[in-house]
Amino acid sequence: MKFIEPHAHMVSRTTDDYADLATAGCVALCEPAFWAGFDRSSADGFRDYFRQLTEYEPRRAAMYGIRHFTWLCINPKESEDLSLAADVLSIIPEFMDNPNVLGIGEIGLNKNSRNELKVLEQHVDLAASHDQLILVHTPHLEDKHKGTRLILDVLKNDSRIKPERVMIDHVEEHTIGMVLDAGHWGGMTLYPESKCSPARAIDMIERFGSERLWWDAACDWGPSVPLAVPRTAVEMRKRGHDEALITKVIYENPQQFLSQCDRFKL
Amino acid sequence: MTMTRQQVLDQYFMDARHKLIDLAAFLDRVERAEGDADFRLDAFREALKKLGGDGTEHARDVLMAFSDPTEEPIAAAPGKGACGAWPPQDN
Repeated sequence: MKFIEPHAHMVSRTTDDYADLATAGCVALCEPAFWAGFDRSSADGFRDYFRQLTEYEPRRAAMYGIRHFTWLCINPKESEDLSLAADVLSIIPEFMDNPNVLGIGEIGLNKNSRNELKVLEQHVDLAASHDQLILVHTPHLEDKHKGTRLILDVLKNDSRIKPERVMIDHVEEHTIGMVLDAGHWGGMTLYPESKCSPARAIDMIERFGSERLWWDAACDWGPSVPLAVPRTAVEMRKRGHDEALITKVIYENPQQFLSQCDRFKL
Repeated sequence: MTMTRQQVLDQYFMDARHKLIDLAAFLDRVERAEGDADFRLDAFREALKKLGGDGTEHARDVLMAFSDPTEEPIAAAPGKGACGAWPPQDN
């Protein structure tokens, strides 16, 4: 089956994962900037990371016939340090014109702190002033509901932001409604221990419909499954859903959202 | 919804049964262990209460039982991780 993996941290994955994704039908994947598992010590560390995302990783994906796209930011996990965040924000425009850059992401909140909120507002301002798409990370576990509300408030308070140009990722049953009601897109992340199981992700499609929703694996250096999207599609088929609906969720919907950026070409 | 209740049971009952027994064994394991529990066990027991009754919002209600109910941003992030339940000292 043909599918788009809209959220994958391939710098943390092996070449075998690219081979498996290509074998399963992945035609394109999108890699948001994220936390490396340790704090980088300077903006130069981010400059190297952004070069990896815009130069090296697209070549690695191309070896398997997969188009590679990326999003740039400083992750909320590193946003407590306002000075570092300001330095990183200042270098992002250097990379915005690269052919695989889709926008600003994955920005958002982690522990819902004041500094995280300030850096989120700065990222939103950067995106709005450069007419960029936005990919939002919502917090983990006990922090998700509160953080999602705070994020929606920030987006609503900036009149330049068009809701349909913002993807709010990692929604679950207690946040998906407010995200869709605000006019944004919602992403369901298929993780083995947290976020969504395949069964729950299909439940949400059945309950909330298939408009403005996608699934992603968000595979990284933690427990995660690069083939989570096609495996969930198989489970959806087992429930008796037709191929047209499955294709809409795993291919057409991400294509529709991402095509709002002219650089997203398959 | 594409499946009848019978089909849902056919496809998911064994998996749900397996998870329920695992959950029960987890509670037994906690009880058998020595020492004090922290706030997560109380939060877990509160969340379990959300499983009773009819309706179609059990998953949402369990998630909310574990969620931070406050509305204002906190002064500073205490670290990077989340533990899965809202610590009572934040009350």
